[in-house]
Amino acid sequence: MSGFVAGAPSPSEPLRRFFQVARGAGLRVSAAEGIDAARAVDLVGFEDRTLLKDTLGLILAKTPEEKDLYDEAFELYFKRDEFAGKDEAEAEDHVEGGMPQRGPQMGGDGMGGAGGQSLGQLLESDDRAALAAEMEKAAREAGVENIRYFTQKNLYARRILNRMGLRALEREMEAMRQSGAPEYLSRAQVLEGKVEQLRDAVRDFVERSLLLYARGETEKFREELLKSARLSNLERRDLDRMRVLVRQMAKKLAARYAKTRRRRLRGQLDTRRTLRRNMGWGGIPFITVWKQKRIEKPRVMVLCDVSGSVAAMSGFLLMFIYALNEALSDIKSFAFAGSLIEVSDILEKEPVEQAISKIMQTIGYGSSNYGNSFADFEDGWMQFVNNKTTVIILGDGRGNRTDPRTDVIARLSQRCKRIIWLNPEYRSAWGTGDSDMYRYAPFCSLVTVCNTLRQLERVITDILEDAA
Amino acid sequence: MNDALPAHAPLESIEAVDQGLGAAGYIASRQISTAIYLAHHLQKPILVEGPAGVGKTELAKSVATWMQLPLIRMQCYEGLDESKALYEWKYGKQLLYTQILKDKINSVIGEADNLAVALNKLHDFGDIFFSHQFLEPRPLLRALEMPGGAVLLIDEIDKSDQEFEAFLLEILSDYQVTIPELGTVHASTPPIVLLTSNSTRDLGDALKRRCLHLHIGFPDEKLEARIIASRVPGIDGRLLKQLVSFVQQLRVLDLKKVPSVSETIDWARVMVLLHTSVLEVDLVRDTLNVLLKFEADIEVANKQIAGLTHKARQDAGVPA
Repeated sequence: MSGFVAGAPSPSEPLRRFFQVARGAGLRVSAAEGIDAARAVDLVGFEDRTLLKDTLGLILAKTPEEKDLYDEAFELYFKRDEFAGKDEAEAEDHVEGGMPQRGPQMGGDGMGGAGGQSLGQLLESDDRAALAAEMEKAAREAGVENIRYFTQKNLYARRILNRMGLRALEREMEAMRQSGAPEYLSRAQVLEGKVEQLRDAVRDFVERSLLLYARGETEKFREELLKSARLSNLERRDLDRMRVLVRQMAKKLAARYAKTRRRRLRGQLDTRRTLRRNMGWGGIPFITVWKQKRIEKPRVMVLCDVSGSVAAMSGFLLMFIYALNEALSDIKSFAFAGSLIEVSDILEKEPVEQAISKIMQTIGYGSSNYGNSFADFEDGWMQFVNNKTTVIILGDGRGNRTDPRTDVIARLSQRCKRIIWLNPEYRSAWGTGDSDMYRYAPFCSLVTVCNTLRQLERVITDILEDAA
Repeated sequence: MNDALPAHAPLESIEAVDQGLGAAGYIASRQISTAIYLAHHLQKPILVEGPAGVGKTELAKSVATWMQLPLIRMQCYEGLDESKALYEWKYGKQLLYTQILKDKINSVIGEADNLAVALNKLHDFGDIFFSHQFLEPRPLLRALEMPGGAVLLIDEIDKSDQEFEAFLLEILSDYQVTIPELGTVHASTPPIVLLTSNSTRDLGDALKRRCLHLHIGFPDEKLEARIIASRVPGIDGRLLKQLVSFVQQLRVLDLKKVPSVSETIDWARVMVLLHTSVLEVDLVRDTLNVLLKFEADIEVANKQIAGLTHKARQDAGVPA
């Protein structure tokens, strides 16, 4: 195969394009990594594909997930490249005088095909190899690697076709038809079929390029959308992606929280421990010990409404609690609708899906009775609440006109460090109908709207940081 | 680059790495050899990730044995700081010397008329107490100062604090450290650096960017068989096949902690000790605790032992 093994365009050209593909697939390829990769490739060369794959993988992919992405991108890109390379090599045999080779720097300026044969001749000679090479070249000139959205598919397909000289060919064909001579007519007809095939091929090609260059972008775009979409509006098909996002977020929160657990107070000498540390050399302070602030682990109790009115959301809330449960050690979780039960055990022992469906089956979907549920909480668990506990309540505060039992919440607020109420409803809906939100609000240290993943993340971050 | 490092001559090709590691008793996959080869030629550290017991630490040891370089190991833990990783002043020695030298002070500054002159005289002696003699090099500094190079193993970097990770960056990218009293210390021969991580936390991007990232997963059947054969010499070929097939099946089950290579090795040793040649259900049941470390896992596996054993025997071609 001709490719880029020796001499041919400097190795950084195909590599550079591969970086673009890798970025498209969602890998972060910084300039420094690009340089490293180029140096590594200089060492190992392009001949051995598995070796090349291993080499680039060592430098570009930094996590197991990225390894998978990388493998896929590598296969897609270099597979394609191999075919193209072969095609070009064959094309060279066919067309003496040098078909324009890969890369814009290798001549072949202006309209594609003008250097060797016209598009019509190529189509008629049925030279697939040369056609494929032409297509690649036209695509590169049209900048197909900049494609980002599926809506751009037609645009790029048209650009590529134009560069291959389709317009000229169409004019030719029109002229043939006009001439009326039977041989021309049949020729035009044959060509028409071929042009149709070419169109399909180009469309196919653009689609593959979209996959290659823009998958990462599209994914990222979707994830961004999901993060700020209302949880109650999410559809079933987004569930899987959402699950991944929730887990990521919980992991991030846990990492951040773990980091701030011990904070050194610079500038405050711990005299007692300094003296003790330096006892060995007569109390002369060679080693200084600074005061440290030990940060309390937040003791969190989460009460999650799983009644019918918030059913669409509670799935996600439970998912989040589940993730948080994995991340934090000291967390008690409860679910309630008509009454309240503790679900910490279920969340701990079962895998996420089973846990959620089990909880929903046990207690979910009923009509909610906040007063009753809070009373249950007071009977069973109020004794475990102390002045270090943060209580988070997730719910819309709609108790179906039952007694809201604000007295329980009042007692709770005296006992615990603080109560945080996250309400999925917009502020304007609070207090309307059977909503008791404003009756509970005075006892909470924070009441806030929370109906997207992003809001949820922000609130939880604040909780963890305040615990510091 | 090679000429300056005659000791590393065996690193001329990936095959050479493969053979060298093999001679040191480490059966490397192609990826591992490639990583070592690149690490040397690009002068970059390798960050090795993967589940516990797949031979991350062993890799560093084998590289050291093969290249006949000293292995300097630094175990990371929470609260590890510069004074334990890089250098420390020998306070005791400093103190002792000041006490002993107290009397000599007079002879040095004895004739000085006033304080300023005395101070100047003292200055001429320089910072004797903050010189190399009083420096206690810790693993990182030792690795840099080794004249012929070294293999530096920074074990379980994920257990250390983030501050420490940031502190490592200078060493990892430039092979130098700065000691305020002495200046910057460069490595005479850059050490081969391996960092291992069990991914208990995500490492910073800055660190990851500076390293080659090698992920060692569980080996496939063939490679695992080769590893066991090299680690448990004298094992019967048919038994080996059965063991490996059994463990490979076990890894597919939903377990809390799947057995890794080190456990397979242990198990193989047990089997050799017991003079086994064919896996029997009862024997497997009795020795399962070598492979699985959680009660719950053993329970899960116990239910399927008969099937797994049968399959393993079939794979190895043992007549039923």
